[in-house]
Formats: sequence, structure tokens, C-alpha cells
Amino acid sequence: MAPLEAPVEKWTGKIRELKLGSGGRKTITVGGGTTLPFVKFEGAQPHRPAIAIEVQDKEPTDWSEFLVSAWGDALKNPGAWAKKAAEFGADLLYIRLASAHPEASNTGAAQAKKSASEVLSAVDLPVIFVGPDVAEKDNEVLVAVSDVAKGQRVGLGNCVEKNYKTIAATCMADGHVAIAKTPIEINLAKQLNILLSDVGLSPDSILMDPTTGALGYGLEYTYSVMERLRLAALMGDGMTSMPMICTAGEESWRQKESKATLDVPQAWGDNQERSLIWENVTAISLLAAGADILVLRHPKTVVTVKAALDKSF
Amino acid sequence: MALTGIEIYKYLPKTNCKKCNFPTCLAFAMKVAARVVDITACPDLSAQSKAALESAGRPPIRLVKFGGDTHKVEVGNETVMFRHEKTFYHPPAIMVRIKDTASKEDIAKLVDEVGGYQVERVGMKLTMDGFAVENASKDQARFLEAVETVLAKSGLAVALMSDNPATMDAAVAKAAARKPVVYAATKENWSGMADIAKKHSCPLVVRDSSGLENLVALSEKVAQAGIEDIILDPGVDSFKSSIDSLTEIRRLALKKNFRPLGFPVMTFPGVQAKTTEEEAALAAEQISKYSSVVVLEHFSPALAYPLLTLRLNIYTDPQKPIQMAAGIYEVGAPKPDSPLCITTNFSLTYFSVAGEIEASGVPSWLLICDTEGLSVLTAWAAGKFDAERIAKAVKQFNVADKISHKSIVLPGKVAVLRGELEEELSGWKVLVGPMEAMDVGGYFKKTWKP
Ligand code: B12
Ligand code: SF4
Repeated sequence: MAPLEAPVEKWTGKIRELKLGSGGRKTITVGGGTTLPFVKFEGAQPHRPAIAIEVQDKEPTDWSEFLVSAWGDALKNPGAWAKKAAEFGADLLYIRLASAHPEASNTGAAQAKKSASEVLSAVDLPVIFVGPDVAEKDNEVLVAVSDVAKGQRVGLGNCVEKNYKTIAATCMADGHVAIAKTPIEINLAKQLNILLSDVGLSPDSILMDPTTGALGYGLEYTYSVMERLRLAALMGDGMTSMPMICTAGEESWRQKESKATLDVPQAWGDNQERSLIWENVTAISLLAAGADILVLRHPKTVVTVKAALDKSF
Repeated sequence: MALTGIEIYKYLPKTNCKKCNFPTCLAFAMKVAARVVDITACPDLSAQSKAALESAGRPPIRLVKFGGDTHKVEVGNETVMFRHEKTFYHPPAIMVRIKDTASKEDIAKLVDEVGGYQVERVGMKLTMDGFAVENASKDQARFLEAVETVLAKSGLAVALMSDNPATMDAAVAKAAARKPVVYAATKENWSGMADIAKKHSCPLVVRDSSGLENLVALSEKVAQAGIEDIILDPGVDSFKSSIDSLTEIRRLALKKNFRPLGFPVMTFPGVQAKTTEEEAALAAEQISKYSSVVVLEHFSPALAYPLLTLRLNIYTDPQKPIQMAAGIYEVGAPKPDSPLCITTNFSLTYFSVAGEIEASGVPSWLLICDTEGLSVLTAWAAGKFDAERIAKAVKQFNVADKISHKSIVLPGKVAVLRGELEEELSGWKVLVGPMEAMDVGGYFKKTWKP
């Protein structure tokens, strides 16, 4: 028979390329796709999605025993944790400055500088820093970190609609990338990108966090918003074409399916196996929807998702 | 694919004879397109036009049914590339491969496990769909024995896998009442397999992993042999080509109305996997992206539950979140002095909370406020779960008549509503519960006081 004509769509846009890391630090570039994720017959995905591992600047108190046993004592120290994350195969690190949360230790700029320096000197991977997601605190700690990481092109977040100006200004001053986080809504995502651009931040220095719902806990909403953002970008909308980051690990490990070990219904199966697959399935399905950076928690999930990516490319 | 009025008009006699009770053929065509009247109301339509119309009006991806009375499966007939464009209609069947090289005991055990598996989520009972029984031994007697074991021990659907038409014929005959999937017609054996599928009116899988063109050629041959219920196996058992091939197939079917690929697709995500996690990963990708029958190599509850949950997520209608009716619900058998909790009518929220209250062993009243199907914080942020609405629900459902105390427990995530709610509900005490429902048992036992 006659050769099949591939059903290509004529996209006019492309996903922006975004580079993290500089000034002696390893670099990584994500984005750049001219087609939907993993659709090869139609275009290119020049950079494979990257795996970030989450690290916190204080020992987590509510983590599942399976995470705790996988990381061991490294959890007590951000530098050691970062090193171990690099050994476990992270392409970059996602550092949550959790100690600054008013309900945690309420630390401030000084501690943030210290934690950031520890991490930055422990590893040469690209790094993203996020605050405790409390507006004033985020500003305080991220400005401090920005200074320490000057010239190393780290990511700083989260910028939200009500609180983006300070972080954006800092990113511009020190050459960093802003993480723009919006609650699973395409217009809000686009709006925040516009706001950030309007204050002078280059669209090529923005990473979008569309907000992740875990498997069984809103995944489908995130999935569809990401697909819509991708499609809008490919159709030429330059204000939705920033690469996307998904906190798949954090969200799935918060859920009962990952945490519970007592009185678990029999049909849920083995606790450890299930919690690993929960994170894995959340991550893989968000990759299919267009994630460019996945933030994971369990080293085994990193192995599985990386194996999947190795085979995809 | 639904035809437009103009497309239908092309096939009509164009005499405007009004026998259909419409003034013109065009007017009639418009009404047919709007499904107000059936095409048969035109007495002058030629048999040829009728057939052409039927074929043009066929859905671009055929709905294929298999399975017996105890468990029917319907796959295919999807109409969009992305769930947000409308919705996905027919969730993929999730099946487990059974090789006839396994011992009879092992087969029986696996069938029991898979067949009996059921997990509850948002009030729905999720189950597996069936078994793909494979003639791995190449021995006919052994295969038939395995098929018999499967049929005897479970009512789920079956696919029968053998390359040998004679063996397949015997197996399909045994399983005929279950309407099994015949797997598979290949370049070599398609004619014999097509005969069997036709004889027993069973769906036939066509398999060719050497490229879509060859799959198309095979699908066309089988269709010409009179098989309508086809399932495609493009042989994607790796991340390398899964999304790529399955997107190409679906686009050709939906966008180009390309008939030879207008069928559901079957995939085997575990064939190359080194670990269960890897199998889960590819299965997750294929549930998200365009597989209609997913055959696993392994089964464990810890693998099944996340995959069934993903299937539920992806195949939920994005236009309407699954909701509960507002009202006062009894969890356990609450008495007048039992706790009263409030939550939203998003069914995921309701079932999380109701499930935990039940597990706590403390019977309670659970008041569901109409938040238009939104979760606690989403509803709160959208202004649909505020003191006013909660107070209204308390009054509307006469909650005070059921309980002897006057205290109500708020979800921890909306602790901020406490003050306002105390103002709205004068004489009531507003308590703040834990953030997560899973901590509600401890809260009832240690903290709660009306
Ligand atoms: C999925 C989702 C959506 C979906 C809606 C899903 C739905 N049907 O509700 C969509 C995409 C539509 C959406 C929209 C919005 N969202 Co939204 N969404 C989420 C997300 C990811 C998950 C929510 C969820 O389903 N949780 C699962 C359910 C089961 O949780 P739950 O209802 O809270 O119930 C738990 C507990 O509260 C507890 N519980 C419940 N009831 C009770 C009762 C008692 C007595 C007790 C003790 C416990 C208890 O038990 C449950 C299990 O532990 C969250 C972020 C996140 N990761 O959590 C954001 C989030 C809730 N959304 C948010 C926002 C802002 C919005 C929007 C307002 C954005 C906008 N401006 O458009 C809109 C509003 C909707 C609208 N305008 O129509 C914010 C809220 C911020 C805040 N703190 O106020 C969040 C937190 C995201 C964020 N970080 O910014 N969202
Ligand atoms: S009966 Fe048929 S031919 Fe006559 S007007 Fe109606 S559609 Fe036209």
C-alpha cells in the first residue's frame, strides 16, 4: 500500500528553552519542544525532561517511614542531603527552605544564606530554591539566597499572583530564574507570566508551576491544564510557552495512600510498593501531559522515571 | 462521527417530494443531523445511499465489546485527542496475562486474586477486567486446561493468545459464551484467525510491530474478510514509541477518518520491564495516552490500585466533578450526642472524610454543604464554602433536631471560618478539626468535646 502520511499538525509556536545553572555550576536546559510530549513523528523535543530531587533545610517531621529510611541521616543536613541526591541521580535539586515557615522554626535570611551556601558548595548541580510559600517569608529568604547564588542562575520561587514583584526583581538583578506558580488554571498561568514580563523579567527566565494534584487527588485537573498550556504554546501563544515544573513527589507523598501504614485496606496492597507506585504513576502521567521538570522524593522513583526517560529518548 | 446536514443532504434524492413531511430534502437533512428525525423517514433513499450514509456516519473509532454477562467490557469509540476537549468515554480494560506454562495451582491462585480484586474509591467499586490467557507452552491440551481453569474460577473477560489457528479454534469454542478477544491475527495466520473470529463473532486483534503501514495492511485484509470488531496491537512495549505510535493511530482515526486504524488499541506495558515499578510506569503512560486494553504481566494490589485510580482520573468527565447531594449523612449509627462534622460535596472530599470517620469507630453526623463539587480549600478560595453557606446548610437540613448538643466541627483547613460561623450560628459552638481526615479518629477520642 501507499506509505502512510503522518498526521502532523502545523504548530506555529514552540516551548521556550530554559537554562538553569551557570558560573561554574553544571547547567541544564529544558524545553525547546516543537511538538507534544514524546510525539516524534511531528517535531523535536531537543531536551529531555529533567529530574529534580527535593531537599529541605530542616529535617522533615511528617515524612513517610519509607522516605525516611531511604534517606537516613542525610535528612538532618541539607548539604549531606544534597550530596546524596546527586548520588541518587538528580539532574538538579529543588531546595525547600522549610525552616522559614512561621509554624516551623520561623528562621530568616541568615539561616537561608547558611543553608543555601551549604547546598551550593556540596554539589555542582543546578539548583532551585523555594521558600515556605508564605509571602513575606518567601521574599525575605529568597532575596538572601539570591545574593549567595549570584551569577549561578538558580531558580527562585514561588512567585504567585499576590507576591511576585520582589522575587522577579531579585531574579533580574542576580540573573536567576523565577518559578511562577498558579492554581491549576490556564488564564492565571498566562496572566502571571505577563505580569512577570511586564516588570522586566525575560520570558526565558520563567518556569511555570501549574500546581500539582497527586494521583487520586486532582491529578486530572493538573493533567488537563498542562495539556491546554502546551497546546496554547504550540499554537503560538508566547505567554504560555514557558517550561513546566511539577512537584509530583511532594503531592503524592502527602496523601494517605503514601503515608498510611496502619489499618490500611487490604485492597491497597503492600504499603511500600503502593506508595512508590503512587509517586511513579503521578510523575509519569504528568510527563505525558508535558512536564519539563519533575520534582521527586523517593530515590527509587528517580530510578524508575529516569529509566523511562532513557528509553523515550 | 456525526454527519452535518450538508453531508447528509448529498445522499438524498434531492426531489423535494415532501414525503418525509419536510418541505425540502435539505430541511430534512438538517433535522436528521440534529437527530430530530431518522433517515428512514425518506422512503426514496436508495439502498446504496443508505449504506454509504451508514458508513460515513460510523464513529471514527469503533466501539468494541467483549466479555460475558458477568463482566462486559466496551472499549474504543473515543471522539477527542484530549480529555478537556470533551471527555474520554471508554476506560481501558486492565487485564493480566496468564501463561499456560504455569502450574494449575498457580494459575488458579492468580485467577482468584485478580478476579476477586476490588477496591473502593469515591464510592465506586473498581475491579480488574480480565485475563489474557497465553498458549506459551504451544501445547493445545495444556492451553485448553488453563482456559478452563480461568473460565471456571472467574467471570471476568478473557483474551485468548495463540498463534495456532487450530488451537485457537478449540479455545474460542470453550470460551464462546464469554465472547473472548482472539489474539492475534498476524501476517502469517490472519486468514485462519479471521475465520475463527467470524465463526464465533469475537473481536480479533491484529498484531504487527514492524510499522504502522504493515499494521494497516493487515487491518484492511481482516476487515475485507468480514471482521468488524478489530483491536490493534502495534507492538509498543517500550517508552520509545508508545505515545508516538498511539498518537499517530488516534490522530489518523479521528482527524483523517482513516478506517483501517479506527479501532481500539491493545498494549503490553510489562513485556520489557525489569521491575514492577517500570511496568507500572509504562502502564500509567498508556492509560493516559490512548491504550484501550492494557495487559499486565504481573498482578499485585499495590500495582492495581494506583492504575485503577489513574484510569478513573483520566476518564472522569472534566465538565462535571463527581458530586454528592447536599444533606445530613449518618456515618455509622450516630446518636443525638455524637459529633457533627461539616464538609463539602466534592465526592472525593466526602468519601475521604466519611471513610475516616467510619474507620475511627466513632459514629458521627456528617453535614454536606453544596459547594458545587469543589474540595475544601478550592471551595473556600472560590467563595463557595463560607460561614453563610454552612449556616444555611445547618438550618436547611434541620440539623439541630437530630443532635442534643450544639457544636459543629470544621475541617482544619478552613479554621479561619470559625469566628464568622459562630456569628452566623448564634448559640452554637464551632470546633476546628484536624487538617487531614485521617487524623479525625484521634481527634474524636482525645480532643472532641461538644
Ligand atoms: C484539584 C484542585 C482544583 C480543581 C478543583 C477540584 C475540585 N473539584 O475541588 C480546580 C482546577 C477546578 C481548582 C480550581 C481552583 N482552585 Co484549586 N486546587 C486543587 C488542588 C490541587 C487539590 C484539591 C483537592 O482535590 N484536594 C483533595 C480533597 C480530598 O481535599 P479536601 O477537600 O481539602 O479534604 C481533605 C481535608 O480537608 C480533610 N477534610 C475535609 N473535610 C473535612 C471535615 C472535617 C470535619 C475534618 C476534620 C477534615 C476534613 O479531609 C480530606 C482528606 O484529608 C489544591 C492544591 C492541593 N494540592 O491540595 C488546589 C487549591 C485548593 N486550589 C486553590 C485555588 C486558589 C483555586 C482557585 C480559586 C483558583 C482560581 N482563582 O481560579 C479555583 C477555584 C475554583 C473555581 N473558581 O471554580 C488553592 C487554595 C489556596 C488557599 N489556601 O486558599 C489551592 C490550595 C492551590 C494553591 N496552593 O494555591 N482547584
Ligand atoms: S422524502 Fe426524501 S426525497 Fe422527498 S423531500 Fe423528503 S428527503 Fe427529499
